[in-house]
Amino acid sequence: MKLIKNLIIFLFLLNLNNILYAKDPSALINEIVDNAASILSSEDPVESKIIKLNAIAERSVDINGIGMYTLGKYRKSINDEQKSKYQKLFRSYFLKSFSSRLVDYTNPKINVVSQKKINDKYTIVNSILEATSKRPQVKIDWRIYTKNPDRPLIRDLIVEGLSLARTQKEEFNSIIQNNDGDINALFKTLEEFLIK
Amino acid sequence: MNKLLSALTILIFSFISTHAIGGDDGKLKVNGNGNNGYIEIKDCFEKVNRGIFSFNQVLDKVIFKPLAKGYRMFPQPIRSGTSNALSNINNVVTIPNNILQGQFKEAGVNTARFAINSTLGIGGIFDVASYYGLKKRDREDYGQTLGVWGAGPGCYFVLPVLGPTTVRDSIGSLANMYGGDAWYNVTVANDTQYFSEADYYASKVLSGVDFRAKNLESFDSLENSSVDLYASVRSLYLQDRYRKVRNIDKTTDTLSDDDWEELDSQ
Repeated sequence: MKLIKNLIIFLFLLNLNNILYAKDPSALINEIVDNAASILSSEDPVESKIIKLNAIAERSVDINGIGMYTLGKYRKSINDEQKSKYQKLFRSYFLKSFSSRLVDYTNPKINVVSQKKINDKYTIVNSILEATSKRPQVKIDWRIYTKNPDRPLIRDLIVEGLSLARTQKEEFNSIIQNNDGDINALFKTLEEFLIK
Repeated sequence: MNKLLSALTILIFSFISTHAIGGDDGKLKVNGNGNNGYIEIKDCFEKVNRGIFSFNQVLDKVIFKPLAKGYRMFPQPIRSGTSNALSNINNVVTIPNNILQGQFKEAGVNTARFAINSTLGIGGIFDVASYYGLKKRDREDYGQTLGVWGAGPGCYFVLPVLGPTTVRDSIGSLANMYGGDAWYNVTVANDTQYFSEADYYASKVLSGVDFRAKNLESFDSLENSSVDLYASVRSLYLQDRYRKVRNIDKTTDTLSDDDWEELDSQ
């Protein structure tokens, strides 16, 4: 009886801890945006900016989760060795692609406007990338994985309603499919991209 | 022959000005009401489509990208005015489609916007209507209307110069030439003393250049980070059309969580 009582108290405290320290998804995006903006507007050399941006991505993006998602139906047919190889390649591909996309922006201004909890696992944070003289304003929504409330992670970016994760998935699936379902074709393509 | 050439030219520029960015086994799954929450869109003649896509890429590099870069050098007010005027002309296609889709409020707002901006806004250069609280609404076309009426997208394919499309969207574009576009009617179809064919073609070319100029960086970024640009463009095009047909504005309405849920359960 005492054991059960202690267990209940422990679970209550654990849950209380989660409630107290759970990170708000909007706060996560604000933090990332502020950090990225300060890096991008700094006088640092490009290489240094890339390293810092990658560090942000490693901390706040569920790279492995996105990697498995982008494999689509093929994630069920790969063995452990291929999975491990793919995750390494995808991580490098993601970081290279992520930093090269961002590094051209000098001082992007993104304002979080709202958020909507879809379920216990996902919250969508809505934000606006302010217009500049070169381009109109852009709606950016962030799919945040909140299964662990202490450590929410980004799983997708939806730019003007277009999901980057889904686009990536269809891109990878196209490569595999056009090579008779051989996942090694995707590995080769990713390796070629990385040495470019 | 001339009529055919005109039709082709119009199609070309209609498509250029459309947001055109969108597999596997020649099919592409898009969130919908089909099996397991998906509908399948076939990529007909993928090999041929890839060839045409490459040709379009060259054309873009040689013609449209340089034009867009040049256009970017004009001062911001000139570009905004041009963009506003082109958007104002598009209302003559959006309004009938609002009505055909049963969006009577939007039709009213767009009609009022068109009337105000065409007069007080000096041919649409200034968006005076927004100042009066009539905010800009989404553009609608006949392809979207066919979709709203229940027509499926049909095959996905790529047209020379025109870019990505589906059977439904192509048929929708043809409606512009058969009385569905008042701007076409007063410039090309009928001989009026106020406008000429050149006005129509110029407006379509400008729309394409304006759109390209607004997306110079995004296109470059997509090109640089893509490992299969053709597949990316196909995916983006189809996602975009899916949202437009359903007039979806909120991300939470567009995303099927099935894939993510499946991932979490593994």
